[in-house]
Amino acid sequence: MKTRYSRQELFLGKESQKKVESGSVIIIGAGALGSSSAEMLARAGVGKLTIVDRDYVEWSNLQRQQLYGEEDVKNKLPKAFAAKKRLQQINSEITIDSLIEDVHGLNIEEMIKGHDVILDATDNFETRLIVNDAAVKHGIPFIMGACVASYGSTFPIIPNETPCLHCLLNHLPVDGMTCETVGVISPIVQIVTATQVTYALKILAGVSVSPILKSIDIWKDEKAEIDVKRLKNNHCPTCGEHPTYPYLKFENQTKSDVLCGRDAVQIRPPKTKVFELKVFTERLNGNVTNLIINPFLLSCGFDEYRIVFFRDGRAIVHGTNDTKVARSIYTRFLQYYLE
Amino acid sequence: MNFQLNGKQVELPEVVDSVEKLLTHYHLQSRIAVVEVNKEIVRKEEYETKKLSNGDVVEIIHFVGGG
Ligand SMILES: [Zn+2]
Repeated sequence: MKTRYSRQELFLGKESQKKVESGSVIIIGAGALGSSSAEMLARAGVGKLTIVDRDYVEWSNLQRQQLYGEEDVKNKLPKAFAAKKRLQQINSEITIDSLIEDVHGLNIEEMIKGHDVILDATDNFETRLIVNDAAVKHGIPFIMGACVASYGSTFPIIPNETPCLHCLLNHLPVDGMTCETVGVISPIVQIVTATQVTYALKILAGVSVSPILKSIDIWKDEKAEIDVKRLKNNHCPTCGEHPTYPYLKFENQTKSDVLCGRDAVQIRPPKTKVFELKVFTERLNGNVTNLIINPFLLSCGFDEYRIVFFRDGRAIVHGTNDTKVARSIYTRFLQYYLE
Repeated sequence: MNFQLNGKQVELPEVVDSVEKLLTHYHLQSRIAVVEVNKEIVRKEEYETKKLSNGDVVEIIHFVGGG
């Protein structure tokens, strides 16, 4: 018995411990959830960890993203890189891969191949739906987790057994509240990841998990659990009898194109829907400047950018030619429509 | 109306008598959510017609983006 895993092995048993050590987990996102679950899995001795993230470490991350320190912020290190650096200090006996990339429908399948479990640590629905498609297609369990403010939820998607994320949706997903607009406290992060990592360890050890959707509000002291087996949909485009994996299709990707010479980026959402511009205008009130609206579009100043937003969800973000910046501005802007 | 909502007793105005109205009351109508009343999942198409009565045990889990 290796001393470093002795306590865990006493609990799991020798066989299960071996399975954990030969297991591989990919974590999509290295923010709060990703940092927390990566640290637990590294300490647990999971043989191979892959960390995917497109972002850099910032001061506002340090309150809850436990793998990072002040030096990482000062050096503007990519999160995936900084995470790997820290995880290697924690456990040098495991393999850690870091991918500094934006997850989309055309690269996700390559990323997840060869892993036993996928952990959700993303901060938006679009990415979750992309991962959901790929996970079901390749038959890899996908452990969802999300949190905002003091509230969090988890659900283990086991291909061919449980409903998938697509089955659970009762609305078209549009990105709602994220940490940027309403804040978050770290205890809820730890509750969500504790649940996710427990599922991951069980799956690696070959123990079955139940299709229970769970939520908890650590501040309000509320919790709920729903057995969602009944929501498995035979016509689901992802896990039904004739899957099309819509989020992996080229035409469904959010596209962002730099508009040459205009210091602007055009964003096209993956699905078009009609936005009520008047309603949007009311909700933006006080948060934007120089607002102009006509039947086709609205235009306004937002932070140091100017956004021209079309009825079909397409937008042009002026003041940057960085698609990543434009996409994050766009996501933040859209949130006002939903509040 | 008295419900047990997510494990807690709550008292809501009498007008909150359907799943639809309950979701609206908590500003969850535009959110992705799963609703269960007395251990039965209520499908979205039934939100308006699914009436609630005193003593119902309701669980609502909504999805959030953050992480
Ligand atoms: Zn499905």
